[in-house]
Amino acid sequence: MNFGFTEEQELLRAEVRKFLDANAPMQEVRRILERPNGYAPELWREMARLGWLGLVVPENLGGAGLGWMDLTVLLEECGRTLFPSPLLASTLSALALRENGTAAQRERWLPGIADGSHLLVPALVEAQDSLETAGVETRAEREGASLVLRGEKCFVPDATAASHFLVSVRTGDALGDLALVVIESGAAGLGVEEIPCIDPTKRFGRLRLDGVRIPEDQVLGESDRPAGEAVARLLDHGAAAVTAEAIGAAEGAHALIVEYAKQRVQFGSLIGRYQGVKHPLAEMYVDIESFKSLLYYATWCLDESPAEAPLYVSMAKAWANDAFTRIGIDVVELHGALGYTWDHDAHLYLKRSKWVKSTFGGSDHHYDRVASRGGI
Amino acid sequence: MDFRLAPEEEVFRDEVRRFLDENLPPESERDAMFALRWHRLIREKRWVGFGWPGEVGGGGGSIMEQAILKEEMAIRRAPPLGGCIMGLAWVGPAIIQYGSEEQKRRFIPDILDGAYQWCTGYSEPNVGSDLAALQCRGERRGDHYVVNGQKIWTSLAQWARWMILLVRTEPETERKHDGITCLLVEMDSPGIQVKGIPNMMKQPLFAEVFFDDVRVPVENRLGEEGQGWQITIGALANERSGISEITGLLRELDLLKDLARESTWNGRRALEDARVRRRIAEFETRIAAMRFNGLRYLTRQLRGEPVGSETSVNKLHTAHLEKYMAEFALELEGNHAAIAPGSPAAIARGRWQKEALGWCTAVIGGGTPNIQKNIIAERILGLPHD
Repeated sequence: MNFGFTEEQELLRAEVRKFLDANAPMQEVRRILERPNGYAPELWREMARLGWLGLVVPENLGGAGLGWMDLTVLLEECGRTLFPSPLLASTLSALALRENGTAAQRERWLPGIADGSHLLVPALVEAQDSLETAGVETRAEREGASLVLRGEKCFVPDATAASHFLVSVRTGDALGDLALVVIESGAAGLGVEEIPCIDPTKRFGRLRLDGVRIPEDQVLGESDRPAGEAVARLLDHGAAAVTAEAIGAAEGAHALIVEYAKQRVQFGSLIGRYQGVKHPLAEMYVDIESFKSLLYYATWCLDESPAEAPLYVSMAKAWANDAFTRIGIDVVELHGALGYTWDHDAHLYLKRSKWVKSTFGGSDHHYDRVASRGGI
Repeated sequence: MDFRLAPEEEVFRDEVRRFLDENLPPESERDAMFALRWHRLIREKRWVGFGWPGEVGGGGGSIMEQAILKEEMAIRRAPPLGGCIMGLAWVGPAIIQYGSEEQKRRFIPDILDGAYQWCTGYSEPNVGSDLAALQCRGERRGDHYVVNGQKIWTSLAQWARWMILLVRTEPETERKHDGITCLLVEMDSPGIQVKGIPNMMKQPLFAEVFFDDVRVPVENRLGEEGQGWQITIGALANERSGISEITGLLRELDLLKDLARESTWNGRRALEDARVRRRIAEFETRIAAMRFNGLRYLTRQLRGEPVGSETSVNKLHTAHLEKYMAEFALELEGNHAAIAPGSPAAIARGRWQKEALGWCTAVIGGGTPNIQKNIIAERILGLPHD
């Protein structure tokens, strides 16, 4: 029994934190999010050099060959200071390629993900906003040796920055008749449009596929094998990755208000002395500890016990959604008027909490899955 | 991270399972005397006081083995490990850590045998959550302490043969914590009077205890004079994952699912209603969170790192679950929830009504939720004391 991180993972955490402290303190985060596509290409290149873009890419393809626990550490730290970058989206694509791509496809795209020359982002959700298999309506019709794609994808992370999209499409009428295909961002018939996001540290957009033609070798895996399972697993990966970032972000927000409670004096006393302040702060701690524990077990399952993973990913995401929502609100409220100002960071965490709860499944969606998988 | 057991731990788990297969009949086949026979059996295996050192008669089990034993026992619904509840939970560990050799010889075997009950004299009429402010006096006179004062909310006081008692021996100390001494007191000592207090179920399970010039020999002092607070806070490195408690909560959840399966809700099966399903999923998630919190704390213990205030996290979860699972069951029962517990007309003899009125022991005993939040805020987050 060992429910702790390894020494290497603790080192990775320290390294990421040091990098972000030096290069992306909150003041810098505010500057980065004003830049085109909302990230800093020079830091992105540096992250490639440090091996973080290819963290889950196999070593023989230029990556670090690490697993979900390591990725959790990296995402947690990026979440802590709301570091704006396409890391989450890019890593999800890398995981999907690693698990589902043929040898040729892995060689074609994974090295580029690791060195930062490709930016692949997943495009899984559509306008009707369903995470069920039936929610994929974008069609792929076979025409000779190519596929022609028609439909629309929504809430695509880092859409305007991407060099490629990893798109779920429907290939037949049976529920699981799906495929994951790779499209280049410049493909004919593809329209990319940014949608403003409530969280300024996150970017997303919409894809219009109007007869986009791709060769067969851009369909992930053996083309005759439906990808329903692969898409479902990618959605679990997404929920886990968002939750991992949410841990860091919730801890970041919590640290803000804990520090404030130790400095702010009212009625002749530090406000942290009053139970009206100290109890909500303790409740936040309980919440964070708890969805942390749930996520750590879930991410262990993703690598070591995949059959259990969907249940625990859903538990973690559901709890994180509700807890971070409360934390976002309470952190602003406990700061008083200061928390409502543009210059204070509380609102950035509040906005991140809104992004977290709506991305890769709300609490109802995940609790429904927990109920079904828990045998009721 | 790795959630698999080490090979030698698997060997131990298999040994426990085999023993349970061979010796533990299902609950329906256990008669009134079973708990006694069971206690004798597991006492022989040295599984009572399993985490205590071998030289005092314990089992010398590792922290991981303690967790395995507790979990397997709880899954199979074995009777509790040993009959002397407080003796095993904190009196024994305190005596092992702070007691004289004579005290260990005198008390530990009886605690392991469940020979008699201990009770705990901590709370006083004016001293509850702020325990260190206690006023019950202990005055040294020659080879005795003379105790005067009152304790309250003392569970099992009417039946206990011994009490672990905190008294103030030094009224004028700078820190109120420093003047407290721990005494082991025989309950039939002259000058002790016990008066039961009926709880809301009308059961006199706790009591007031009055001390009028009660003489306690100095040899029955535990640790040094003024060390009482430290003894109360410190305890041996017992397994602290709360694993058996979690198994108990999972059992409650199963019963709640059964109730939902059998109930109707707005004219259809309750289990088909999204709100019912989500509420149950939330309980399930909270219990899973407790389990993994417990395993993380267990890992820290295995690495030799201290685990203290963190256990307040799971105490708060327990408090929530104890209150709200029963409350939700009452909602499912509709009008039947208003039938008095114990009535044959009630669903399942009113077990959920009993739960809905009986959570107080778990939630209030050992520190109310507000106290747990203070502990987290002050000791973990470093916020100023009240």
